[in-house]
Amino acid sequence: MVNLSVDINGLKLKNPVLTASGTFGYGEEFCDFLDLNNLGGFIVKGTTLLPREGNDYPRMAETPMGMLNAVGLQNKGVYYFAEHIYPRIGHYNTAVIVNLSGSQISDYTEAASVLNELDNIPAIELNISCPNVKEGGMAFGTSCASASQVVKEVRSVYKKHLMVKLSPNVTNIADIAKSVEAEGADSVSLINTLLGMAIDTETRKPKLSTITGGLSGPAVRPVAIRMVWQVYNAVKIPVCGLGGIMSAADAIEFLLAGASCIQIGTANFIDPAISGKIVCGIEEYCMKHGVKNVCDLTGAIDL
Amino acid sequence: MKKYIATLPVIQNYPINDEYFVLELTHEELLPDILPAQFVEILVEGEPGVFLRRPISIHDVDYENNLLRLLIRIAGKGTQKLSLLREGDAVDMVYPLGNSFSMPQKPNILLVGGGCGMAPLLYAARYFREYGFEPRVLVGARSKKGILLRDEYRKYAELLTCTEDGSHGVKGYVTDHPVFSDRNNIDIIYACGPTPMLKAVGAWAMNNDVECEVSLENLMACGIGACLCCVQKTIDGNKTVCQEGPVFNIKDIIW
Repeated sequence: MVNLSVDINGLKLKNPVLTASGTFGYGEEFCDFLDLNNLGGFIVKGTTLLPREGNDYPRMAETPMGMLNAVGLQNKGVYYFAEHIYPRIGHYNTAVIVNLSGSQISDYTEAASVLNELDNIPAIELNISCPNVKEGGMAFGTSCASASQVVKEVRSVYKKHLMVKLSPNVTNIADIAKSVEAEGADSVSLINTLLGMAIDTETRKPKLSTITGGLSGPAVRPVAIRMVWQVYNAVKIPVCGLGGIMSAADAIEFLLAGASCIQIGTANFIDPAISGKIVCGIEEYCMKHGVKNVCDLTGAIDL
Repeated sequence: MKKYIATLPVIQNYPINDEYFVLELTHEELLPDILPAQFVEILVEGEPGVFLRRPISIHDVDYENNLLRLLIRIAGKGTQKLSLLREGDAVDMVYPLGNSFSMPQKPNILLVGGGCGMAPLLYAARYFREYGFEPRVLVGARSKKGILLRDEYRKYAELLTCTEDGSHGVKGYVTDHPVFSDRNNIDIIYACGPTPMLKAVGAWAMNNDVECEVSLENLMACGIGACLCCVQKTIDGNKTVCQEGPVFNIKDIIW
């Protein structure tokens, strides 16, 4: 028997597999393909204080082993979430986590206060790294001072597990991680998408309405692994790793680099049942390698 | 409607011309209920550079023989690779996806298609025929070469055609066809094809107070309403083409 459960600084997950915000809707979209209760948890799409229509079409472009997106945090706002969506998804026997984004600190704190009152939401993932919104989250996540400030303010109103999602579009991600740790973040997740761009050579038009967008998929995985390893070595709080995980082996790679749990993102678009398969694949890996507790894999890279 | 992820064996794959082919698949179990204008998301395997599934409209469903047919235009590397599938191969598919054309309330129905937008109209014609309607299908293309599978469409519908060069049917765009000369001939239009065609047909419908539903083909990733990449602006805000569409009432769309 393998013990797949992990304790992420007090956030107890039945296994280390979460699904990444923005790639898994509100979970319900995937119910035909897998039993959500088998996941460690799922992170619902980026939620803001007020409703947002998001960016203009086109919002997506396929790229080598990945994709660019510029959805722009389309969502109906935190009050709509609390009133209409939470009652439909709060009952799942898995960690339902809300990704929270904003364009000013008061947006974050007001929305975090609302989410703090939802009994079946054990954690929020504070998005200070969305590259697709003007005045958006990424502005907070690219300097230590602003990252510290937003985490400090949210920490003062949010009493449950506070995971902070970090941007890879920085000079030194470990410094940002240390800053948010110092302000009371319970964990960090990384990486959000890498800022990218693509041009249609026939029309000379950018492929996204916003010109630039966020790159995800296997193309970013080596960058993500490197950053997880750097952050793991820089902070004491747990790291949630994501970036191009397509298989159980990819997930294991993140654990070995220092992640305590992982998120499946873009792969959900290729195989909507993949997250459940990766839970099984991690268990098989542990059995094959005589690993009794999956948490023993965290940072177990053999140097 | 329940969606499935399944591996469907290829029964046959045959070219219609150098641009189009028909991929005929079966399902080891009975095919699920499929509605007109629904689509599939196919995984393209073994083709570097093709990462996302390809959304393809459902061309025909033959429940008697448990066959699903896709009429596909070779538009890039992904569809090129799919054109090489052979009997004995299998494809990984998520389906059936999206909403559907609504059931007509009055008898005079007109299906309008252009380019590969004609693909879903065969199943729509067949479906409506089974419910006792006598649909007309109007297909527009640049030339005769683009008026595909005429005998198939004639099984279920009266086929009307238009070509830009006049090599088949009426010369001109679909909206030049005389079927549009008397609005009393048409109770509802169902259209699929290039956006300029949909806009023109939609404008005619609005001006003549005729019901009109259009099926859109926006770029998409997930196909199940999760990623919000494929959205269309509507009077009720952005809607996902993959889940809340692909069919929209023309009155709701903001172009």
